Amino acid sequence: MALTREQMAQRVAQEIQDGSYVNLGIGIPTLVANYIPDGIDVMLQSENGLLGMGRYPYDDEVDADMINAGKETVTAIDGAAIFDSAESFAMIRGGHVDLTVLGAFEVDVNGNIASWMIPGKLVKGMGGAMDLVAGAENIICTMTHASKHGESKLLSQCELPLTGAGCIRRVLTDLAFLEIKDGAFHLLERAPGVSVEEIQRLTAGKLIVPDNVPEMQLDA
Amino acid sequence: MAGFNKVVTRYADAMAGLEDGMTVIAGGFGLCGIPENLIQEIKRRGVKDLTVVSNNCGVDGFGLGILLEDRQIKTMIASYVGENALFERQLLDGELEVILTPQGTLAEKMRAAGAGIPAFFTATGYGTPIGEGKEVREFDGRPYILEEAIKGDFAIVKAWKADRYGNVVYRHTARNFNPLAATAGKITVVEVEELVEPGELDPAEIHTPGIYVDRVIKGSFEKRIEKRTVRSR
Repeated sequence: MALTREQMAQRVAQEIQDGSYVNLGIGIPTLVANYIPDGIDVMLQSENGLLGMGRYPYDDEVDADMINAGKETVTAIDGAAIFDSAESFAMIRGGHVDLTVLGAFEVDVNGNIASWMIPGKLVKGMGGAMDLVAGAENIICTMTHASKHGESKLLSQCELPLTGAGCIRRVLTDLAFLEIKDGAFHLLERAPGVSVEEIQRLTAGKLIVPDNVPEMQLDA
Repeated sequence: MAGFNKVVTRYADAMAGLEDGMTVIAGGFGLCGIPENLIQEIKRRGVKDLTVVSNNCGVDGFGLGILLEDRQIKTMIASYVGENALFERQLLDGELEVILTPQGTLAEKMRAAGAGIPAFFTATGYGTPIGEGKEVREFDGRPYILEEAIKGDFAIVKAWKADRYGNVVYRHTARNFNPLAATAGKITVVEVEELVEPGELDPAEIHTPGIYVDRVIKGSFEKRIEKRTVRSR
């Protein structure tokens, strides 16, 4: 079975190390915050200028001056820091954020990512995505493995305009967890009940399959 | 110290000198920390052909979105413009030019302008449509593109508190682009929720020192929330 959005978030959360600074993009990456294991301390960076993003506020805590990068009202944890946008992107570009999780339309075997623009459709903008992919050493890209029409999003070469070149090393899809290196996708894990054959069929770019591909371990 | 009294009491005075074709840099992220009354004053003045530099362009009927109603903006330099139907229509009709700029690059363009740095190299956008036609240099084996600073004829800024010398503090994440915008205007106008006496703000906790600020005005603010997300008890 393909993973649900929640299960994808759950699997990504297992990659978060204690004591790390993490930037979570909009969509599935945002859900990752719900699955950070107990006993692990994480500082969430929100690129509008908040390090130590907390939960959503209760109704009587809502403050128009306290939002996240998705423009949602949020709170700050004890020990948070607030700063301006140049400082925020200094952290990001300077490689100080330990893990970045973001979505994409396509990735390819060379670590290129396309996530911001579909020609012919209205372009709304890249926001902070180009800075995030250029700056982070450690990025996990979350996306569905294929489109609704069964077309692979893991390609030999991205077809859409890029967000960043050669910057993605790990991809979690609803079918598999993969590493990108040496011009190929390397299959690390498969979603429970998903066969290697199905992953091969839906991966357009070069795929390296080791002898043993474990199933992902997800808590119930 | 009358020479350092930057307080004006009328919005018409706050934006005096703004003319057609000028470049206006505005602080704010989404609708958070936007100089809403200064934007209203730009609308009232009816100036046209503006280049507006801001992370976003407000929403229909609020924030910078209101400057679209009378087609006052000719060029918008922003990182994300997705929340505005009128913007979309004017863009598709060719009445409005948009220069999409990565968020961190946009912030740095303002910071650089204010700091006297005409351009800088960044890896952001290399290999993408944003990097096309820009100078590329390699440093330590990695390619970077040259991005130029953006100076504004005016910078419009929303802050929490200021004194009459123009020392400013911002509140929570309403800081965002505001301190950067404040450094990048030939004329920088700050509107605040509270005016305080010199000495009331801790000198070590000033976000924008008064040297960057030309005019200060006290306003009252709607502070509209774009996405009200709450948890239940």
